Amino acid sequence: MNEILHILLPNVSAKPNEIIDATLQTVNMMVLSGAISLIFGLIFGVIVVVTSPRGILKNAVIYNIMDKLINVFRSIPFVILLAALIPFTRMVVGTAIGTKGAILPLVFGTVPFFTRQIESALYEVDKGLIEAAQSMGSSPIEIIFRVYLRESLPGIIRGVQITFISLLGLTAMAGAIGGGGLGDFAIRYGHQRNQTDVTYATVIIILIMVSLIQGLGNKAIKKTTH
Amino acid sequence: MIELKNITKTFSEGNISVHAVRDVSLVIDKGEIFGIIGFSGAGKSTLVRCINLLERPDTGKVFVDGKDLTALKAKELRSARKKIGMIFQHFNLMPSRTVAGNVEYSLFGSGLSKEEKRKRVRELLSLVDIADKENAYPSQLSGGQKQRVAIARALANDPKVLLCDEATSALDPQTTSSILELLQSLNKKLGLTVVVITHEMAVVKQICDRVAVMEDGNVVEEGDVFSIFANPKHKITKDFIKTTSNLQKIEGLIASGSDVAKLKPGEIILRLSYKKANTSEALISEVSRKFNINLNIIYADVEIVKDAPIGGTVAIVSGEKSDIDAAIKHLKCKEVGVEVIKHE
Repeated sequence: MNEILHILLPNVSAKPNEIIDATLQTVNMMVLSGAISLIFGLIFGVIVVVTSPRGILKNAVIYNIMDKLINVFRSIPFVILLAALIPFTRMVVGTAIGTKGAILPLVFGTVPFFTRQIESALYEVDKGLIEAAQSMGSSPIEIIFRVYLRESLPGIIRGVQITFISLLGLTAMAGAIGGGGLGDFAIRYGHQRNQTDVTYATVIIILIMVSLIQGLGNKAIKKTTH
Repeated sequence: MIELKNITKTFSEGNISVHAVRDVSLVIDKGEIFGIIGFSGAGKSTLVRCINLLERPDTGKVFVDGKDLTALKAKELRSARKKIGMIFQHFNLMPSRTVAGNVEYSLFGSGLSKEEKRKRVRELLSLVDIADKENAYPSQLSGGQKQRVAIARALANDPKVLLCDEATSALDPQTTSSILELLQSLNKKLGLTVVVITHEMAVVKQICDRVAVMEDGNVVEEGDVFSIFANPKHKITKDFIKTTSNLQKIEGLIASGSDVAKLKPGEIILRLSYKKANTSEALISEVSRKFNINLNIIYADVEIVKDAPIGGTVAIVSGEKSDIDAAIKHLKCKEVGVEVIKHE
């Protein structure tokens, strides 16, 4: 077994610890920035939907500010965002490099995207359900938790799936500021030292991660759709 | 029970504004089934949404059970809404919740314990005759079953009023009939005041006590169902009544040159329509005997509305001209509507 690996992936099998470390760094960045982004994205998504012109807590000022801000951050390419945020990251977390330094730009890059995903999931909720809830005397908070979030759960999970997969792509780029992880690993060895098997190995690991996200998400969607 | 005073509601989008409701005032009594009929776009759905303030009228006041809803604070309005049930054309059940879960939704904040809630849900479901579907999801139910669940949900907080917004418009005729029967029995059993929005005159005919006819944001005619059917005044009301009666078909038959409408010299076609609630005399055979004329009934369409026959007869009349004229005069005295449709 070891011999086959050695022949197929000579450069990878020479540094098994490094590839494991890189994978763990990627997972680490994903989970931390993913969790933070989910919380903020969910809150912002709900705010945008309820304050929208036809929302239950219509508020043109909040809606417009949120909407424009999301557009601004969505239109900045992530590589530029990474560089632009360095001073801010240093101020907040104390360092702009390593996995720790990558979390903040990842959150900034992901929250606007996830907010839009939540927004579209919530807009999918039938207007009639909101109307029915209002006719039963539900308060706006009740409507958010007992109707919007609950009825759009399959859509939200779908948004989480897409967001995590796009986040995985962003973590690879975070390698550019010394964030570590699989992207960094592939560039340093696979690209710069021309160790092609390293590149292939990282692609396979990322493929497995994407399939896991997709598979788990699909299962959850199936369970929550009636 | 419900009083609407000078309700106006205008929707504007950009430069275009639509006057959905124009200065409508209505009084709906406790315990009655009140119909609001109109073609789509007449403003009836907006009007019914003004009753529980799902749409806040631009001007006017809404009183339900003595309370001025337009003056209430948000929180007070929400508790007032719990006493006004509402059902919808597309049922609006929550797809993620079971039948029981949907009914339980409206018991949130009622202060009942879990066990009490479950008991109440069962009661409600058996009240609408769908107790066996407790654990099904809405997607597994037929339209009629969904509407039953929606009714149970709307009744959870013992409302005094039930608003039905096109509640049967998405259902087939049989199911419509069974839902209407259910509404009628709930009206009797619980003393519920029911407001029915519809575009079908048949619905009004089957269950309503009184009806308001709407067109272009205005209530153009209002009254008890029998007199509206017997003496419609406004054109739109007449149009609606035509949709439930066959008596107007004769014009079509004549126009198409149908054999049943061919006359011999001296014969005429008459349309007799009953205008009073006490038409129980044997009119046809009476005039036939008294005036020595023959009446050949082409067809008759008589229905019972609010326990009184309504409708009429289309017949070919033959006999001496003077006899026929005397018969027509006699019928008019009996307050029967007489129209000469065609004569040879």
